[in-house]
Formats: sequence, C-alpha cells, structure tokens
Amino acid sequence: MDPRDLWTEALAGVMARPVRSALTTLGTVLGITTLVITIGVASTAGNQIVGRFDALTATSVTVTVPSAPAGSDDGPLVDWSGTDAVRRLAGVESVAALADSTVTNSVQVRANDVKAPGDVSGQTLAVVAASADLPAAVRGTMTAGRFYDSGDITGHTQVAVLGDQAARLLGIKRVQDSPAIFFQGQSYTVIGILGGIRREQRLSTAVIVPPTTAADRLGLRDVTRVLINTAMGAARQVAHQAPIALAPGQEKALTVAAPEDLSRARDGVQSDVNGLFLVLGLVSLVVGAIGIANVTLVTVMERVGEIGLRRALGASRRQVAGQFLLESTTIGLLGGIVGTALGTTVVVCVAVFREWTPVLDTNLALGAPFAGALVGLLAGLYPSLRAARMEPVDALRAPS
Amino acid sequence: MTPGPSSAAVVIELTDVERTFDTRPPVHALRGVNLAVRRGEHLSIVGPSGSGKSTLLNTLGLLDRPTAGTYRLDGVETTGLGDLERTALRGSRIGFVFQSFHLLPYRTVDENVMLAEAYRRPRPGLGRGARLTRAREALDRVGLGHRSGFRPDRLSGGERQRVAIARALISDPALLLCDEPTGNLDTENTLSVLELFDDLCAQGMTLVVITHDESVSRRAGQRVRITDGSLTLETE
Repeated sequence: MDPRDLWTEALAGVMARPVRSALTTLGTVLGITTLVITIGVASTAGNQIVGRFDALTATSVTVTVPSAPAGSDDGPLVDWSGTDAVRRLAGVESVAALADSTVTNSVQVRANDVKAPGDVSGQTLAVVAASADLPAAVRGTMTAGRFYDSGDITGHTQVAVLGDQAARLLGIKRVQDSPAIFFQGQSYTVIGILGGIRREQRLSTAVIVPPTTAADRLGLRDVTRVLINTAMGAARQVAHQAPIALAPGQEKALTVAAPEDLSRARDGVQSDVNGLFLVLGLVSLVVGAIGIANVTLVTVMERVGEIGLRRALGASRRQVAGQFLLESTTIGLLGGIVGTALGTTVVVCVAVFREWTPVLDTNLALGAPFAGALVGLLAGLYPSLRAARMEPVDALRAPS
Repeated sequence: MTPGPSSAAVVIELTDVERTFDTRPPVHALRGVNLAVRRGEHLSIVGPSGSGKSTLLNTLGLLDRPTAGTYRLDGVETTGLGDLERTALRGSRIGFVFQSFHLLPYRTVDENVMLAEAYRRPRPGLGRGARLTRAREALDRVGLGHRSGFRPDRLSGGERQRVAIARALISDPALLLCDEPTGNLDTENTLSVLELFDDLCAQGMTLVVITHDESVSRRAGQRVRITDGSLTLETE
C-alpha cells in the first residue's frame, strides 16, 4: 500500500468527524500546554534569577595567597608583577593585587597631628597595599581626587587613598587641599577617595597605600589576595588558569574562589519550580491519552462495516491497524501542535507582563508536538488491535 | 459442473467443499459442494435463509476457509494460502457487491470507487496519478458519470449500488461476487441494477449473484439452488 494512500485514508477518517476529532484533541492540548508553560516559565524565570547575580558574582574570581611560613627563605609565592601575567589571560578584564596582614588590619589613624587632651581623634582602620588597578578591580569609582599611579609606586611616594567610609570617619571630604593622615608615626598625603566599591567592600573602611611605600614603611611586602574580573562566562576558565599564571609550579598552594557553575544554578532553580507542574502536565497527558483511546475505540466500533469493507477490498490486518493508529497519532499531533502554540503564547505573555526575557528551548518547541503524536500513537494501540482482530465476515454484517 | 478440458477458462472451481461450524451440535453449512464457473458466466445461487448461502458466499469471497475440499480461484489453489495471501488475492481477483452497498458516507463517490485500488499492488501502466480517471471511467461504465463528486447520501439506492459496482469493477476483477445486490432496492432500482448486470455479462464479466429473489435469479444464465448446504443445478 502506498504510504500516501494510508495517509489519505487516515486523514479522511479524522476529518470525517471534525468536531469529534477537535474535542478529542483537547486532553492532549491541555497536557502539552501545561508542559510547555511549566518548562517555558521555569526557564524564563530561572534565566531571570541567574541574570540578577550574573553581572557581579559570575565574573568575579578571587585568588587567596597563603602567607609564607615563617623562617622560609623562599621568596613570596606571588609577586606584585604577577598581575601582569594574569592580565594577559583571555577573558580577564581587570586584575589587582592586595596585601594586608593581621597587624595592619587595625591601625590607629588620625586626620591631624594635634593631640588635644580628652579628645579621641583617631580611628581604627585597616591599612592595605594595593596595585594601581584597584579601582577597576573592585568596580569602584573615585569620588574625589585620583588613585595613585605607577609613578607613585615607583617613586615610593607617601600617598594614600581612602575608602569612602574611612574618609567619612576621618572627616575628610575633599582632597584639593591635600589633607594628611597620620598612622604609625608617619604622615601620608590623601590624594583620592574611592567609593562605590562592589567587591572587597571592607576596603571602603581602609586606607590604601602603594605597595612600595607599604613595603618600606609598614613591612607589608607579600601579596595576600588577587582580585580578578572576567568577561561573562570566562570565570571558570580564568579560575583555572590564574593560579598557574601567578605562581607557576606552586599553583596548588593558592586558594581560588570562583562562581558556581551557572548552568547548575539555573537547573537548581528550574527543578524547584518544575516538579509539581511537570507532574500536572504529565497527568493531563495521560488523561488526554485515555480520551484519545476512548474516542478511537468508539470510532472503531462505529466503523465495523467500513473495516469489513476494507478487508474485502484487500486490506490486510496490518493495514487496518495502521490506519487507525495513524488517525489517533494525527489527533495527538494536532493536539500537540495546538498545545505548543498555546503554551508558547502564555510563556511570552507572562514574560511580557513581568518584563522578563522569554526563554524557550527550541528542542521543547519542536519536540512538544511530537510528544503529542506519541501520546496519540500509544492511545491508538489498543483500538487499532481491536480493529485488526475483527473477522471480515463478522465485520461485513455491520451496516456501513 | 466438473472441470472441463478448458480449465484455464474456469474462474471458480470448488471440489468436495465442506464447511462445518464447531458448535454443539455441529452445523454442516456446506456438504460436498462441487461448483465450476467459467469466465463470462452469469451464475445465480438461490436458496432460503439458513440454507448455507452466506457460508458459500464467504467461501467464494475468500472471507472464510472450507473445512475440507479445495477451492481454485482463477487457477490459484486457495485453501493452502495464508491469511495475507488470501487477502491480496481477494483484493485483486474479487469484486464484492453487498446488499447494504458499504459505501463510506463521508467520501465522494469517486473516492469510494478509488478505495478499491488503495490496497492492491499497483499494476503496471495503471499508476496512482491516473486513479481518478479510472474511477470516472468506472462510474461512466455503470452510467453514473454525471454523479462524480457527489456524496453517497445524495444518491438513490440504485445509484448507490451502481457506485458499489463501479468500485468492484475498477480493479478488473476475475469475478464479481454479489450478495443480495437488490435486497435493499425497490422494483425500479432493481431493474436498473439487473440491466447493468446484463450489460457487464455481455462485456464478458464473470458474475456470481447470491439471492433469495427468484426474479433476480432468473436473469442468470446458470442457476444453482442451495438447500441445507448442498447444491443442485436448476434447469430452465
């Protein structure tokens, strides 16, 4: 039998009772719609949630350098120039090295040298050394003045940049008149205030000095942290490469903090949302399948005479079964197509309403109709077998 | 009634056919039936209900298997064939005409006629593309060319039966097997169908008509009476 003939017969069978066929698809339509909405809304929402912490968290890599064991004569694990090697890695947007120590984490800092009796003029602040790229690395901005540059570093100048909170505590608002601060018996000229810090926020209450100056005057020599910002999606690769660039051969000694795998975070969100609705969709599909099976069975019983005629005209049992199977599969496919269209529309509407970007897997949009067809195929199995098992002699006795 | 020397021209050849239904007590629907129908013959089988008419028709139409004996259709021994081969043979050699027409109500008469070609192996030179043309020709042959495109429910009983005959004719069967073809028709329509039978006979078609109607039976060239599963040849 020509497949086109089989298709013509099945389609004619479906279209013979268009209203019944349309109603029969309803169960599948509901099931597929629910599934598409569930998966579509979940992936849209999941993408939205991930998008919120993408920008900062997903691109931040922090390398922590352990302090060299006391008494070892090896040089420091990570050199200040190590950031240059990291900067050359693909996907790195900015990088800065920091040095601090337990001693310099709480230092009495005063904004003037006058000691008035009974007046507590000092503040306990952290003093850190940092490379000149720090503002970019912490995604901060200079709210006043400038950050020190490579000239200040090579010149070992006695300058300092204040975190915005530190500046407020010390009562310094402007840097035009070159205010000075004093700690550990030394004076430093404040040349800028760093605000809007989004990484290493403890730096907002810190005094930041050039690494050369810190090494000379405070004994802060060794890099303790390296802050790296990467391009979107490059974080995991950079997290793997940065320690090797910083301390070749000793990369295992470094601790790297990298963002979690985003796809896993997204999956986590989705599985929470999905579970219940997925079950709901599957239940509707089963109900849809039962509906198709039921109606196809009724149709088979109504068309006993027709089955007898087809057998008399030379149709084999397999061809009779094939026709009814194709009819139920067609009904399932129609339900799947309508369901996918409805579901996609709802997902887009929800996304528009919540001002989200609708995210729908192409595989889902293309595969859902076939899921409907599969439902129809499974539902048609039993009725088709019933049709095929009929004896033509008995079937022909029924009116056509 | 025995196979003659020109057995190639014999379309139907039943030899000692028995059909027994395993009920309690067993029903002997056919007993020692011998029958030969030559090409172009018009045979009628008459008998009251319960005489075994339907069983004989089902046997001839390859819808039922004899319990014993042999049945050669168009030179092919059928009793040893499997279900699939019998189905294929049925589709290609036998055209059925039923009392209740068995037209699909939701298809046009052309589609109903074309249906007969859907299940048989394509014949050389008779492609799928020209099927509609052949269906129209078959409708013309039964005098219904003007009803092309109609649905069966808009036709009279006689016209419906003629559509069914056109459906049987389109696949050039060796045998037209008619089961009470006029049972659902009034006198006028009966007459038109019987005239069509005469025409087909004149064109060389082999016709086997099973009926309980004596007037229908009388139109046939050969008449066989069936009583309690046994055949007797009726002479004029």
